[in-house]
Amino acid sequence: MSSANSAHSVVEPSATSKRVAATLVIAYALITMVPLAWIFLTSIKSPPDSISYPPKILFSPSLEGYCNLFTTRTRQTPEYIAALPAPDGVCDEVTRERNMVIAGPSNFLPRFANSLIIAFGSTFLAVLLGTLAAYGFSRFKVPMADDLLFFILSTRMMPPIAVAIPIYLMYRQLGLSDTALGMILLYTAVNVSLAVWLLKGFIDEIPREYEEAAMIDGYTRLQAFRKVVLPQATTGIAATAIFCLIFAWNEYAFAALLTSGSAQTAPPFIPTIIGEGGQDWPAVAAGTTIFLVPILVFTILLRKQLLRGITFGAVRK
Amino acid sequence: MTASHETFTDKVADAAIRATPQSVAARVRGLSDRAIAWLFIAPTILLLLAINIFPLFWAVYLSFTNYRANRPNAVVQNVGLGNYSRVLNDPDIWASMQTTAHFVFWTIVLQTLIGFGLAYLIDRKFRGHAFWTTLILIPMMLSPAVVGNFWRFLYEPQIGLFAYAVSFLSGVPTSEIQMLGSVSLAPWAIIIVDTWMWTPYVMLICLAGLRSIPDYIYEAAEVDRASAWRQFWSITVPMALPFIMLAVLFRGIENFKMFDMVNLLTGGGPGSTTEVASIALKRDAFEAWATGRSSAFAIILFVAVFGLANIYVKALNKVKQR
Repeated sequence: MSSANSAHSVVEPSATSKRVAATLVIAYALITMVPLAWIFLTSIKSPPDSISYPPKILFSPSLEGYCNLFTTRTRQTPEYIAALPAPDGVCDEVTRERNMVIAGPSNFLPRFANSLIIAFGSTFLAVLLGTLAAYGFSRFKVPMADDLLFFILSTRMMPPIAVAIPIYLMYRQLGLSDTALGMILLYTAVNVSLAVWLLKGFIDEIPREYEEAAMIDGYTRLQAFRKVVLPQATTGIAATAIFCLIFAWNEYAFAALLTSGSAQTAPPFIPTIIGEGGQDWPAVAAGTTIFLVPILVFTILLRKQLLRGITFGAVRK
Repeated sequence: MTASHETFTDKVADAAIRATPQSVAARVRGLSDRAIAWLFIAPTILLLLAINIFPLFWAVYLSFTNYRANRPNAVVQNVGLGNYSRVLNDPDIWASMQTTAHFVFWTIVLQTLIGFGLAYLIDRKFRGHAFWTTLILIPMMLSPAVVGNFWRFLYEPQIGLFAYAVSFLSGVPTSEIQMLGSVSLAPWAIIIVDTWMWTPYVMLICLAGLRSIPDYIYEAAEVDRASAWRQFWSITVPMALPFIMLAVLFRGIENFKMFDMVNLLTGGGPGSTTEVASIALKRDAFEAWATGRSSAFAIILFVAVFGLANIYVKALNKVKQR
């Protein structure tokens, strides 16, 4: 599919058609960015500004959303606040302006930490298992290799809710409900299919001759794998890892159904951030912003490999 | 095959018995290629069997019983095909399937048209196209749940940016732009977010398709003085078709399973207007705790996705071979 790739040379589009194309694409890109820009703007608004009508584009920025995200606050009488010692830190100052005091830490940090632990843990395992299996499929004659590969792929077709019921029961039996380990194993199983398919593509592209040469020089198969193939596959492994990370980071259905407390990740938690009398939108926006930043960075780093990752390597650029 | 299995198990057993670190290393050094292949593949297969296939078979078993997960100690009875017939005769479940089909249809139509259009424009390779393409790709990398939750805020009729923008452009008062509260608009609220999020996905695959068309075909068409319109319909579209179909397949499977966004935007409401299959399933399994019946529903869904996907892949292969 990729062999016929070449720049348009003779049939170069006209300057006008390029200008029209550029205008339309840029217009689409700008419109599509509006919700994301709005998330960020909301995160630096004060709660009254965030819900004013018409929506405010000009406002004085406030850190209240971020303060509320990391601490919980209660409303107090001005007299009570006046009786307190001098404000301690930015958040304290921000909240006192609105007759609030900080009551204690919120749940956001632990949930965010869960997301980190579960995403990185499952990514590490999925890439480890995936690299080994991909090498096995790529270099050796495995009986029924096509069937096994299709089986690995087909595990992704099931609606998460459909397997969630038995997994819920199984985890209850094994004591894995609402544990980070349980979620790591689950996400590893979901991600390993992608890892095998992607990495097989990357490893297929490394010429076998490299290993053969190393083995003629006296390396064993395993040494050749470790010292010749792995270094060559580093880029592919890194790209695969980021795809697995993004999936585990973003996953919601399993997390919402199988975790409730100690192992809950950020995606099911962020929507539950409640302020006084309803959702605290600046805090929700602050949590969303913090949560989205790593993915924005990865998207930019990954843009060349993106196509492979989202199509299981079925389409190569 | 049997012979190699024996060597493999023999070696592992051997190594395990005389386990000093050096001797294990020495044994591993001598592993045959076949043993390495299985040693490398087995962990993945075992993990998938434990966390995917075992639960699936458990679901099949549960689907023939009246088990309820909130009463683990009650006596479990075999109800035969009772759950299946109840699911297939339940008008609510059929309604949820219809809602799902409606979503899948419209999201695919919109995403394919806009996505292909964008890819076609980006393929003009204007200055800075790489930068704008990267920007466009961002939404699909984000968490549908977290972003979906924020769209709820954008849709708020009193305070939301979406309602304000629509009202500003159309003159309709914001109080009438109840995207999530109105029976007729709520499905579209979800279709809009899904399209916003996943059009880039279709665009990216279409772009790969367009880039795969060799130039000499266009050059030949130029020589033949084929009009641009003719070139588009006789070269561009048919040559890119397998890619477009692949995008439709992936989006179709994903949207058949759609859960995150619906759960956070409407939770299936108002009434049950946006209750897609996954939401109905979740309600049955984790709110009504009708584990047996919901397992039957899950199996039916899985068979449906699997069957449709297989039929579709056959069609896709035919198009590819043309």
